Amino acid sequence: MRNVWVIARREYNRFFSTSVSYAVAFAILLIVGLIFALTLLFANGAGLGGSTAPDIKGVTWWFTFLLVLTVPALTMRLISDENRMGTLELLLTAPLRDWELIVGKWLGGFMFILSVLAVTLIYPFILNLLETPGIDQGQMMSAYLGIILVSAAFLALGVGVSSLFNNQIAAFIVTLGLFMVLWFMFGFMSQILPSGAGDIVTYLDMGAHFSNNLNAGIINLSDIVYYLSITALGLFTGTVAVEVRRWN
Amino acid sequence: MIRVENLTKDYGSRRAISNLNFEAEQGEVVGFLGPNGAGKTTTMRILTGYMPPTEGTAIVAGYDVVEESLEVRKRVGYVPETVPLYTDMTAIDYLQFMADLRHIPESKDRAYEALQMVGLENRAESYIGSLSKGMRQRIGLAQALIHQPEVLILDEPTIGLDPAQVVEVRNVIKSLGKQRTVLLSTHILSEAQQICDRVLIINKGKIIAEDTPENLQARLTGSERVSLQVRGEMDELPKLLNKIKGVQHAEVKPDGSVEFQFAPGQDVRPEVARTVIKSGYDLLEMRPVGMSLEEIFLELTREDKPAHKSK
Ligand SMILES: Nc1ncnc2c1ncn2[C@@H]1O[C@H](COP(=O)(O)OP(=O)(O)OP(=O)(O)O)[C@@H](O)[C@H]1O
Ligand SMILES: [Mg+2]
Repeated sequence: MRNVWVIARREYNRFFSTSVSYAVAFAILLIVGLIFALTLLFANGAGLGGSTAPDIKGVTWWFTFLLVLTVPALTMRLISDENRMGTLELLLTAPLRDWELIVGKWLGGFMFILSVLAVTLIYPFILNLLETPGIDQGQMMSAYLGIILVSAAFLALGVGVSSLFNNQIAAFIVTLGLFMVLWFMFGFMSQILPSGAGDIVTYLDMGAHFSNNLNAGIINLSDIVYYLSITALGLFTGTVAVEVRRWN
Repeated sequence: MIRVENLTKDYGSRRAISNLNFEAEQGEVVGFLGPNGAGKTTTMRILTGYMPPTEGTAIVAGYDVVEESLEVRKRVGYVPETVPLYTDMTAIDYLQFMADLRHIPESKDRAYEALQMVGLENRAESYIGSLSKGMRQRIGLAQALIHQPEVLILDEPTIGLDPAQVVEVRNVIKSLGKQRTVLLSTHILSEAQQICDRVLIINKGKIIAEDTPENLQARLTGSERVSLQVRGEMDELPKLLNKIKGVQHAEVKPDGSVEFQFAPGQDVRPEVARTVIKSGYDLLEMRPVGMSLEEIFLELTREDKPAHKSK
């Protein structure tokens, strides 16, 4: 576990020395901030009290939507770049297990997203001050839990894909494509498919677990299990891919 | 310290090394000598736990490289051929990171010591990307030494260094080799001659010779060679000498000397001297020449000739 932490810490620090991660953080915070401002603006007429008061759902939904677009940029180089630079040889001949490397890389990215997410906590805080009975804190916690789970899953998939490619652009495009399918396509397909197949696709729909449940304040074990399974799948893929690399 | 048995590695259908057998003891510097594509890097990557062999076993520092890979990796310091480094890290941060991966206490101090060992303490805060090739090579060496490994594996450690650095790095390796086992690969025969206790010559994935540099020279020089310095028109001389029974391959060398060979125990030198003088030349010098390692190397790795393994 110590190795995981060594890798994660370095990866986390690395995010603060690359322009891509600043761009990602900037884009997320800017857009989420705009959404928040708009939320307040439109709420002005309806008033900030009672049942029509604005909530934080818009902000949290947009955050996950932006993750779809930005996580691929964060994860694309995690493994593929090590391979391109040859530094993978250093890591793979250091005394750490393949899964520790993968989980460390993932954790570094996860901590970065959590840092960005922490900044957005200012919005529910402001909203809470403005509204008279205060915001629905249960819904807020549930939504933030949702974002954390979605981030974990996305980053794990990103790390997994990155370990399959030597080229970071290829890793980026495949990761983005995968997220698009999981986040949007399945929702679309579930509407046109007959109910049997549709149910399966609905379960696989990554966006639905968040939008329908967690972001609405409903915490189901099945949603949590779903995201944790995706996370495990991504990390497992990454570990296997590294092992396969060893065997050539 | 290192024991390799029947080691074989295939990349797809291409056999990179086949049936290697060798050993290296503690306190020994073993040189791996061979042309491009001989399989040096492949062997080293197996010994460092980077990839498993297709067949055979390798024991490094008492552990099997496949079964107990982590134990091997704890005890081995490795500088890959390309000296991969994180160019966006400072030298000290990089070494500290590598030390942390090896759970070394007070990693920062140890990183600094490692930098001192390779004479780069004044560049501790420089980004690795801004260092010269030779400096990076030394950072790579520092990284391999930071945990004081029992076994050091260095893939072409002096490539890209200036002559002063080459000497320095060779001395570092030599001194390290006193307590540790060092396996290094090189194309440079004089380097092997200078720092290695033993040389393995590898070609096309097979070990074709193995001995101390001195013995290799003696053993492979199947015939004795003699160099002549004479004064006079030399073009005819080789022809004259070749007529003498027992003289082989007499020829004029680019430096103006004449060389020939003869089988050991069949000393033709007196006869040669007489012939030279009788033919009207002034004989200035006659001396034996050893076969250089370069020649041995070329001889052994020549395409068209089966390698003479034992003689
Ligand atoms: N990753 C790889 N995939 C496929 N074949 C490889 C790979 N690495 C090496 N080979 C092949 O294995 C053989 C041995 O290569 P290796 O790199 O071990 O040689 P080397 O002795 O280190 O050569 P050099 O002096 O050029 O570094 C070569 O024929 C090479 O083409
Ligand atoms: Mg090589």
